[in-house]
Amino acid sequence: MARARFDIRSQPGFGIVALFTFALLYLPIVTLVAYAFNASDSLSDWGGFSLRWFYEAAENRSVQDAAWRSLIIALSAASMATIAATMAAIATTRTAPYRGLSFKYAFINLPLMVPEIVTAVALLIVFAKVKVWTGYNGLGYLILAHTAFCIPFAYLPIRARLEGMDESLERAAADLYAPPWQVFRRVTLPLLRPGIIAGFMLAFVISLDDVVISEFVKSGGQDTLPTYMLGQLRRAVTPEINAIAAAFLVLSVALVTVFFFINRKKS
Amino acid sequence: MASAAEIARRDEQSKTRTRWLLSAPALFIVFIAAIGPLFVMLAYSFMAKGDYGDVKPDQFSLDGWFSVFLQRDIFDDTITLADAHLSILWRSVRLSIITTLATLALGFPTAYFIATRPRQTREVWVFLITIPFWTNLLIRTFAMQQVIRNEGVLNTLLMWLGVINEPIPIMYTDWAILFGMVYVYLPLMVLPLYASMEKLDFRLVEAGYDLYAGRLAVLRRIILPLVKPGIVAGSILVFIPSLGAYVIPRVLGGGKNLMLANLIELQFGAGRNWPLGAALSIALMLLVLVAMLVYVRNATRSGSGHG
Repeated sequence: MARARFDIRSQPGFGIVALFTFALLYLPIVTLVAYAFNASDSLSDWGGFSLRWFYEAAENRSVQDAAWRSLIIALSAASMATIAATMAAIATTRTAPYRGLSFKYAFINLPLMVPEIVTAVALLIVFAKVKVWTGYNGLGYLILAHTAFCIPFAYLPIRARLEGMDESLERAAADLYAPPWQVFRRVTLPLLRPGIIAGFMLAFVISLDDVVISEFVKSGGQDTLPTYMLGQLRRAVTPEINAIAAAFLVLSVALVTVFFFINRKKS
Repeated sequence: MASAAEIARRDEQSKTRTRWLLSAPALFIVFIAAIGPLFVMLAYSFMAKGDYGDVKPDQFSLDGWFSVFLQRDIFDDTITLADAHLSILWRSVRLSIITTLATLALGFPTAYFIATRPRQTREVWVFLITIPFWTNLLIRTFAMQQVIRNEGVLNTLLMWLGVINEPIPIMYTDWAILFGMVYVYLPLMVLPLYASMEKLDFRLVEAGYDLYAGRLAVLRRIILPLVKPGIVAGSILVFIPSLGAYVIPRVLGGGKNLMLANLIELQFGAGRNWPLGAALSIALMLLVLVAMLVYVRNATRSGSGHG
């Protein structure tokens, strides 16, 4: 052979840049988690390993409240978004194109295209008025806003799952005289379940992570965990916030890992 | 008795009704808590500003739009360009473009590296990219702060290595915002790039080498054109959220290095100029729309080009 054999796929230097990218992606997170176990009062001096800041964070009333509020909002918003998205997905998949189909599709996905800050201030304007008119200041506004931006995230995996599903089983059930509701409950729903679970988890994580919209929609004393952290970052930062962030991070990563494996089993 | 056609027609009608009923909750929620408020805001941008925030709904005014780019001198009524707004607008666009280029420079080799791994390990690498992507944005921004602070990891490391004697002040500069945005939006570049590279047919690359093309020629003439859709998609996905970034400039830029989103917040808070805030928001949306149109035009062109 005239030419030396070499791996046609490799490009010089690309491997090094890739490793640098991975280091860049993980160095800050690892640092953050490591310093959450720092015993000292300072963010930068290492004072030995300790769980002290985790205890302090867990005993902090404001942190407890914010964590509960985040959880309640994420659970309600993700549940409502998943139900609405499942229904919408059924209405927009596995059908011949009909008038309004692409309109629905664009409408449901529109919140993804609008910059978060724009949605946030628009909601601020509207909800400020509604708060005055109705006198209601509860968590409803946050839940409603979260549900709206969670819908596209729940919709996408459910729709994808539905599109990949074979219709013959449902047709077989109908041929065996199952009424439509029974076909849905006994055949469609179980087949769709992985998509629904994936959609719910995605919506849950998205709601849990939201900072901007919550910051503008919340009334006084309605901090979620991210808005509480944002507020703290402006003041003197203690390692407590490292501990909160680390715990939060572990929760998100756990959820995403489960999500990843659910999706992988499917394909 | 109804004819077969009649039955089919009625069946079709009831199906359409069911479909609209099924999609109604999602459409309703998205309308009242996402799309509807945008129209209210559009209306607000054409109203006179209230004395303590809010607007005077019965007074039509173009002041909001006027002050996006222009300002009227309070003493002699001369009209000049609004330097403060324009400099923030320019900073937003500039930082977003640099972020896009930087993530492309890092993301392209990374995506290529992942796409050329054996099938089994590829999934693991992609998973490693997704993990930071799903980590809370605020937490990642805060993590970046820990790295670039004066007493942070970066400065400590550089001083320990003897590269510098004094910490480089990065926090609260445009550099800090840039680092934060590159770090946070990097996965958004890698994932679509990887998606298009995964489909790359390496026999074409081999053919290029067989025809005595050098590595650079192969990269420039074969690989780049074939993965262009991924490059465009990644750039759009990074550029759009960069332009609307709120948390990163607020945490890493301190109070002084504002971007568009922070300027918008300012108008609804301390600035008490809601029409201007509304007009700026619409302007931001228009910028995003332009970026999307560029993307769509590119996507359709390359789509038809490759058949």
